[in-house]
Amino acid sequence: MNPDLQGRVFDKTPSYLVGREKIREFARAVFSQNPLNFDLEAARAAGYPDLVAPPTFGVVIQERALEQLLAAPDAGIDFSRVVHGDQRFSFSRPIVAGDELSATLTVASVKQLGGHSMVTSESVIVDATGAHVVTAISTLVVRGDE
Amino acid sequence: MSIDFGTLAVGDVVARRSFTLSRDTLVRYAGASGDFNPIHYRDDVAVSVGLESVLAHGMLTMGFAVQPVFDWIGDPALVDDYQVRFTRPVFVHPEPGAEVEVSAKVGQLDVDAGTARIDLTVTAAGQTVLGKAQVRVRSAAAAAA
Repeated sequence: MNPDLQGRVFDKTPSYLVGREKIREFARAVFSQNPLNFDLEAARAAGYPDLVAPPTFGVVIQERALEQLLAAPDAGIDFSRVVHGDQRFSFSRPIVAGDELSATLTVASVKQLGGHSMVTSESVIVDATGAHVVTAISTLVVRGDE
Repeated sequence: MSIDFGTLAVGDVVARRSFTLSRDTLVRYAGASGDFNPIHYRDDVAVSVGLESVLAHGMLTMGFAVQPVFDWIGDPALVDDYQVRFTRPVFVHPEPGAEVEVSAKVGQLDVDAGTARIDLTVTAAGQTVLGKAQVRVRSAAAAAA
């Protein structure tokens, strides 16, 4: 992997409109039993403008930012060798239906460990007003030749 | 109903839940998340890269492992941070699938500040599959202050 990637900032991703049914679909997929993810009245009663997304929903937005990194012609990342090493979300507020979200990815670090490379990226996810919603930090491990 | 952090102690188990994963679970998560890596639904591809079988998406495990904590804390706005390390794959055979156990306990507590770190122990086939799985939460009182 290209060590010069460290510090690179990618373009802000196109706006992603968070849909109510997408939240329900994602919530079912992660076994949520939380009414805030499914029931509009429950979400509104709890003070939210619309359905609340499950905590890891930000991965959908992060994915769009990571695609830019993986596709960068000079990155030298072989996707078939990529394994997810760790993941973190730091929240300012939960994602809700109706949010229009964009992510800006910065490559925080590129490290070599044994024969493997590890790239840690930080995707800052903001809403349509530019206010911070969540930062998604992800380490991908690119396995070296066995 | 909100949690009174004054009633908590380090080591308390605040939530537990077990999850049964099948191949359907993986296909459902692939569709919902947009992660269509074939190692999560094609045995031939999984085996060709040296895996025992199709495995669950790490993000699926991360996604459901936190659900019991959200149900316990009540308001999702009280969760500040959630992190995990993917330490071991969760293989999901066509039969009987995989059983994943989640136990959430208080790892760190500051009653005055109204903050706590909840540590998740996530196991499949008797082995932990996530490392450093931590959720940082605030009490409703701290959030209102």
